Amino acid sequence: MKNLAQLKVRSEIKFSGIIYTARDQAHKRLVEAIKVGKRLPFEIKKAIIYYCGPTQTPKGKIIGACGPTTSARMDEFTPLLLSKGLAAMIGKGARSVEVKQAIKKYKGVYFLTYAGCGALLSKYIKSVKIIAYPDLGPEAIMQLVVKDFPLIVALDAKGGDIYG
Amino acid sequence: MREIKAEQIKQAVMELVRKANFILRSDVLMALKCAYKIEKNKRAKTILKAILENATFAKKESLAICQDTGLPVVFVEVGQDLKVTGDLKKAINQGIEKGYKKYSLRNSIVADPLIRGSSKFSPSVMHLDIVKGSKIKLTVLPKGFGCENKSQLKMFRPTASIEEIKKFIVEAVKAAGPDACPPYVVGVGIGGTADYAGVLAKKALLSRLQSKSSRLENDLLKEINKTAIGPMGLGGKTTALAVKIQKYPTHIAGLAVNVNISCHALRSASVIL
Repeated sequence: MKNLAQLKVRSEIKFSGIIYTARDQAHKRLVEAIKVGKRLPFEIKKAIIYYCGPTQTPKGKIIGACGPTTSARMDEFTPLLLSKGLAAMIGKGARSVEVKQAIKKYKGVYFLTYAGCGALLSKYIKSVKIIAYPDLGPEAIMQLVVKDFPLIVALDAKGGDIYG
Repeated sequence: MREIKAEQIKQAVMELVRKANFILRSDVLMALKCAYKIEKNKRAKTILKAILENATFAKKESLAICQDTGLPVVFVEVGQDLKVTGDLKKAINQGIEKGYKKYSLRNSIVADPLIRGSSKFSPSVMHLDIVKGSKIKLTVLPKGFGCENKSQLKMFRPTASIEEIKKFIVEAVKAAGPDACPPYVVGVGIGGTADYAGVLAKKALLSRLQSKSSRLENDLLKEINKTAIGPMGLGGKTTALAVKIQKYPTHIAGLAVNVNISCHALRSASVIL
C-alpha cells in the first residue's frame, strides 16, 4: 500500500485493505465540498477510490454485484482530488490527458479491475459500510474492506499508460 | 377472443428480470467460450476466463452478472386477437419494479433526467408491436449504460457507399474503445427513421449470436476484430463477439444508420404467453 506510486504499468497486484466507492454524483459533491472548504466525509489523503455502484445487497450476502463503472466520466473531477492527496483509483477504460498528467504530477496510480465481472468481484469484499450520501442509493460512498482484490496498473506515476 | 390477465403478465416479467440478470444468455456464453479457445494473447485469455467464471458464479449464487442491471428495455409483441384484462403497461412496469426489488438488483433509474435525484427501479423503456395471433411475447433486455453511452446515429446520404457505412460502424466501435466492456456485441439498425433505426439496432442485439450472418455482418466483424482492442481494451483477437444488423424500408432522401453497442454481458430473456 505504501508503495503504490512505485507500481509499474501493466503489473498485476492483489490488494488488501480499505477502498471507498464513489461515482458520478459523489464526485460532484466531493469536488463541491472542496471548493467551498467543507470537510470531506473521509480522509482523501492516501485514499483509494473505486468507481463502483453495487446492486442492492441480497439477503445473507455482504454485497451484491460490484464491478467497476466507466472511469472517463469521473475525469473532470479527478485532478482536484489527486491534488488533495488521493492515492489511487480503480475503474475501467481510458482516462483523459489531464488525468494522466495529474497522476504523474501527484504520484498517483490508476488501476483496472475485471470489467463486467461484478458477481465475481463480490468475492473479494469482506465488509461494507455506507459513510456518506446515503440519499444517492447505489451512488453513496461506501467503505469497503477488500482482500486480494485483483488490480492491473493502467496509469503509473511515471506516466506509463497501458493503452498508450 | 383469448384473454389474459395483467397479473399473469406481471409475474412473467418478474421471472424474466431474474433470468436475464442472473443467467447469461446461452448464445453469449457459447461465443465467449469460443473466443477463449481461439484467443492467443495471454492477458485476453485471463480476462475471458474471468468473464466465464463470473457467469458461472452469478448463476450459482443468484447474483447479478453485472452491477449495472441496466435500464430495463422491454419488447412487447401483442397478438391482435388477444384481450388483456387490466392495465398492460402498468403490469409490465410493476413486474420490472417488483422483480428488480425481489432479486436485489440495482435501482439505476432517475425520474427526471435533468433534476436526477434518488434513483428507482423503474420505469422501463417499452417498445410495442402488434402481431398476428392471440399470444403475447415479452422480452426483457437490461441495458447497461456504460455501453449504451457509446451509441451512435448518423443520417447518411441515400447515395452513400457501403464502405462509408462500414467505416462509420467500425469507428463507433473504436470510439467505444476499452470503456464499454469489450468484447462487444454490435447491434446495427439501418433504414427507417432516425428513431426507428435506434430501435432496430437494439432489436439486433436480441438475435442469436450464432444465427447465420450476412456478408456485411461477417466483413464488419473481421474489421472490428482487426482493431485488436480486445477484452477490456488490453489487446487480443476478440474485440467483438458478433455484429448483428436489422434493416427496414426507408425514404428516398435518407439512410439512417444507428449503432448500439452491447458489453460482453449481453443479457435478455423472453417468454411467450
